Amino acid sequence: MSSRRIFARPARFAAIAPYVWMVLFFLVPFGFVLKISLSQTAIAQPPYEPVFDLTAGWDTLKAAFAALSVGNFRLLGSDDIYVFAYVRSLTVAITATALLLLIGYPIAYGMARLPKRWQAVAMVLVIVPFWTSFLIRIYAWINILQHDGLLNQILLALHLVSQPVVWLSTDTAMYIGIVYSYLPFMILPLYATLAKMEPALEEAASDLGAPPWQVFWLVTFPLSLPGVGAGVLLCFIPIVGEFVIPDLLAGSNALMIGQTLWLEFFTNKDWPVASAAAIVLLVVLLVPLLLYERLQKRQLEQGR
Amino acid sequence: MAEELPGTNVAAEPAGGDACPAAGQPLLRIEGVAKTFGTFRAVDGVSLDIKAGEFFALLGPSGCGKTTLLRMLAGFEAPDEGRILLGGKDIAQALPHERPINMMFQNYALFPHLSVRDNIAFGLKRAGMPRADIATRVAEMVALVKLEGLEKRKPDQLSGGQRQRVALARALARRPQLLLLDEPLAALDKKLRENTQAELMELQRRLGMTFIIVTHDQEEAMTMADRIGVMKSGKLAQVASPRELYEAPRSRWIAEFVGDVNLFDGETKLRDGHRLVIGTRDAGTLVVAEPREAVGTGKLAVAIRPEKVKLSRRGPVSEAGRETAINSLDGVIADICYLGGTTTYKVKLDTGGTLQASVANSARLDVDAYGLNQHVVAWFTPDDCVVLQS
Repeated sequence: MSSRRIFARPARFAAIAPYVWMVLFFLVPFGFVLKISLSQTAIAQPPYEPVFDLTAGWDTLKAAFAALSVGNFRLLGSDDIYVFAYVRSLTVAITATALLLLIGYPIAYGMARLPKRWQAVAMVLVIVPFWTSFLIRIYAWINILQHDGLLNQILLALHLVSQPVVWLSTDTAMYIGIVYSYLPFMILPLYATLAKMEPALEEAASDLGAPPWQVFWLVTFPLSLPGVGAGVLLCFIPIVGEFVIPDLLAGSNALMIGQTLWLEFFTNKDWPVASAAAIVLLVVLLVPLLLYERLQKRQLEQGR
Repeated sequence: MAEELPGTNVAAEPAGGDACPAAGQPLLRIEGVAKTFGTFRAVDGVSLDIKAGEFFALLGPSGCGKTTLLRMLAGFEAPDEGRILLGGKDIAQALPHERPINMMFQNYALFPHLSVRDNIAFGLKRAGMPRADIATRVAEMVALVKLEGLEKRKPDQLSGGQRQRVALARALARRPQLLLLDEPLAALDKKLRENTQAELMELQRRLGMTFIIVTHDQEEAMTMADRIGVMKSGKLAQVASPRELYEAPRSRWIAEFVGDVNLFDGETKLRDGHRLVIGTRDAGTLVVAEPREAVGTGKLAVAIRPEKVKLSRRGPVSEAGRETAINSLDGVIADICYLGGTTTYKVKLDTGGTLQASVANSARLDVDAYGLNQHVVAWFTPDDCVVLQS
């Protein structure tokens, strides 16, 4: 049973497979995007230059390399539109994540305290929306939030408002959509940490004289921090780059970076600027991504 | 609330203080306490008095209700019926954090995110003790359980034995009037468990505190406790000192639960002064001492502990006139179990039954030992027998 035997050929392949995957589907495409971000837009097919042509000989290739520039990145820094889009993306992501945490934590906590068989039911209820297409669910929200939609009908029927409220194309609608869509991603990691927490720990705190709110604040919450971290990052990272929800539910006066990217790519046909924007987004998200990875590693070590 | 807790009692005096009940009154009185989960009556009308300074053990098989009873004392469960009086005050419905009672949990339940020091200080902070006093008390507790130098460690950096000590220090830090211990030694290995038992007893005596320990390990209960309450199906089957429990069990079930025992079913044939003559199915006629509590006629069981049974090759050298008073049974050795200090022999009696005899190995060489299938005489006196209602 030497350690070398463990890495016999099939196992060795299994160990390499994720790296192959990463190189093929992450690193190589990233290389393309990086290259395009350093190119200039052109009215051509593809709509940028220079184009690397490996068949055209060494000199042409060298000339192509020389033509690359960081001008697009300078543009991103100098034009307010992009800076605003990044700031808005981060603001939306932070606000939405905070809302998700505030709504998701009590739900996860409640789920973890249910009798065992009801926990399974609650879990299914959380996951069941995934069985319907994401896009359809967002369109359903449009239906609910529109001028004569369900929400306004209810509000009018209850005489809470006298005029239909404008929901659609507002930030409120966008936040509703984001919170609704991402809630499972917040609840599930929170629930996982809360459910496996030893109930005796809370009992011990209360036995030692802590009233319920202190039990929560001094024991339950600190011990659920790994779940909080996972949930927050799992929501925050994709929300920063979110495109569909703000595009369908929010107004068009302030764009998130995902929408800006779309505009550059499809409306302006400016692939290089879009690529540069994508790369900056990636760098911005690298910080929370690394945080998430470190958190996961620490949890794995603790789980030993 | 906080000023009523003994945890705020900074002076280094033993627990209780002015909250101590008047002399003669029990510290804790449990009155007809019952708890039902669904249709399962976990605790079924338990009444019990516990004196201040007592080391009391609740002993019973799993599911007997001992843990539920302990959890009601701690406040994690509210009794459906009955009262729990601590120093004369009914605390049955008080919340855990309002009780001057602390508990040491079975798996210690140490806060994994806090250091040893912060674990021990947790209860003191909740009681609003001044910072400087907390530091003094924590240092005192750390010294008490011999954890010096480990104050900054987290629980997962400690060994099982060290964790057990932290749990104990944390539960003792507030100087509770009553300390509850839920299977406190179950997670330790045998050697460590024995040492810790002795330390716990020493500590309890030194601090003069009242301990209630829950255990399924009868040896542990016997070793440590002043009194033992044996629980069965939610009821207290017997409350007695370890010796009384072992030598004078009140029922057949207790005799079997606490230690090993030989049991022979039979009926009273004759009452002769202080002796009863009982005819048994498997061991012939036995002469036993009349029990303190009168047992009715009819079906009885005679219980003899294995170590009370003597073995010899030829039978007891009995004094004249007492011959009839001595029970002696012929048989052959059917099984031998060598345990180091003692050897347990299973004797197949000529009368049909099997008798276990535990013989001390008082000599190093096996000159006294019996071999398989050897004919022996097993004998014991009437006083060695306990008569139980069957």
